[in-house]
Amino acid sequence: MSITVEQQQPTANPFQAPRTAHNARRRISNIAIVALSLLATAFAVAVLLFLLLYVLRAGLPYINLDLFTKIPTPNGEPGGGLANSIQGSLILVGLASLFGIPLGLFTGIYLSEFGGRGPIATGVRFLVDVLTGIPTIIFGLFAWIFIVVPQQSFSGLAGGVALGIIMIPIVARTSEVVLRLVPNELREASLALGATESRTILRVVIPSARNGIITGIVLAMARVAGETAPLLMTAFGNPFFNSDITQPMDALPLRIFNFAESPYQAQINQAYAGSLVLIVLILITSFAIRWATGGFKHGGR
Amino acid sequence: MQQSLPGTRNVARLLRWGNRRLSDTIFRGITILLVLFVVAIVAGVAWILISNSMPAIQKFGFRFLTNQAFDPVHNVFGVGPAIFGTLVTSAFAILFAIPIGVGTAIFLVDFCPRPIQSPLAFIVELLAAVPSVIYGLFGFLVLAPWLQGSAEPWLQKYLGFLPFFQGAFHGLSLFTAGVILVIMVLPLITSVSREVILTTPTTQREALLALGATRWEVIRHAVLPYSRIGITGGVILALGRALGETMAVTMVVGNQASPISPGLFNSGYTLASVIANQFNEATPGLFFSAVIEAGLLVFIITLITNIIARVLIYRMGHRVGGLAT
Repeated sequence: MSITVEQQQPTANPFQAPRTAHNARRRISNIAIVALSLLATAFAVAVLLFLLLYVLRAGLPYINLDLFTKIPTPNGEPGGGLANSIQGSLILVGLASLFGIPLGLFTGIYLSEFGGRGPIATGVRFLVDVLTGIPTIIFGLFAWIFIVVPQQSFSGLAGGVALGIIMIPIVARTSEVVLRLVPNELREASLALGATESRTILRVVIPSARNGIITGIVLAMARVAGETAPLLMTAFGNPFFNSDITQPMDALPLRIFNFAESPYQAQINQAYAGSLVLIVLILITSFAIRWATGGFKHGGR
Repeated sequence: MQQSLPGTRNVARLLRWGNRRLSDTIFRGITILLVLFVVAIVAGVAWILISNSMPAIQKFGFRFLTNQAFDPVHNVFGVGPAIFGTLVTSAFAILFAIPIGVGTAIFLVDFCPRPIQSPLAFIVELLAAVPSVIYGLFGFLVLAPWLQGSAEPWLQKYLGFLPFFQGAFHGLSLFTAGVILVIMVLPLITSVSREVILTTPTTQREALLALGATRWEVIRHAVLPYSRIGITGGVILALGRALGETMAVTMVVGNQASPISPGLFNSGYTLASVIANQFNEATPGLFFSAVIEAGLLVFIITLITNIIARVLIYRMGHRVGGLAT
């Protein structure tokens, strides 16, 4: 008499889901989603790389000393440079900083140190957040009506004011966030030692948050350095050197805009070279900010 | 979010800070004065836009929204085609940016190898740091000719039965503007989505995984329902950006008031590009006022979208910051 041993089912892994049609569908949709999301990411990265490499290839041959020392030639003759645009951009960003940094910084100080969670501070905070989303051309229109129209002349000043307003919410938000990160114990210690409120803020709180505040300021300056739309109707552009802020002034993005649609190849080439200068500047600040805020050290959740 | 209330004022309150020093009063006074100044600027922007567009508002009323063109000869102004173009390009941008943007966020949080997650997110955010005039330059010199010569004929050949892809090919078109906008709003959607997806409680993910769910099922049933409101906020934020984008769109949209039709290959106009194109010709009076009214419309539309977006993002207990936003 023989005992028939039942054929054992090959259950290799009890944790493995049974191979049913339903589970196959689940597995396939899972793989599909991984693939699709990978594709989406690859698209975003590829677009950025393509853009950067294209501007590099088209602009690099035209980067030379003249670009930074000479003004544009008339009628698209070869040669010349964008020195007046670079000078104008520096002046405009400087003007904007003069105006935007104090207003932004003090708004940040108010929100972090005085406002708390009161209704007024909440309102101001909301206003600051909403401001970051308003198209920049609106502030250009404001400066146009407010300064250019009464003066009857486009001016660097109007451009600086428009850019300054754009800087305010960026500086305010970053400085509020970093000031809030300063531990309360520091404030308590300073006040307990008999320091006044203003001395505590100026000598203890702000210095502890200095790096973060500088990061926000650099971020705001980099942002407005690339702005074009608000300068159209304010700084307007100028083919010559000009450091008089009551007169029309050139800016690198404005020059890129004008030359991009030029019929002359030499000017198109210079538009690419100018774009390359601008992109490199912005990439450097972005990387510097990321390095300064420790973004490269800790990743993930 | 915050455990305790930071801020000097609260500490000072704690200490029953009674009679303030003169220096404190001055410092506080200066701070509040500057904040009031900022609020006054915003109010000033609104007031100047409204008061200067009054002549056009009184003359045309709601017809301004439907009138077909800026016609200084007959002194008739309107932004009908511009509103149409703004809506079409923004809708196109959002439609394609949502799957790509949210997909990228999901990949970054859930599937990406941990060491490259943060650098990759940074690279995507860099897309937002590129100035819009450079997108315009690229769109005008590279993308538009390519779309006109290759992509548009291809689309018409295979999808020509759809009304969107009919008509003559224009390089400078609503289609080109839409494509550029997809790229420009992508980092906004990705970065907001990524931040809210990261806030999904680990316990919810683990619970589903323990029940034998696949990664996709975890996303589908735990992550997306949890972060839906925040992602919607990000999408509306991106919509506001698309509605108000000026330089890049102005350079590629063609700036012609074409008749309203479903064809995406037509040249068009947007509200912001009307301002950029017309301000220089605006003679004092009705023309000037009409340009300002176009600006007022952009201001109101983006104000509303941004308010909705921020309220939604606040509801996630979040204040999204960073390069992109």
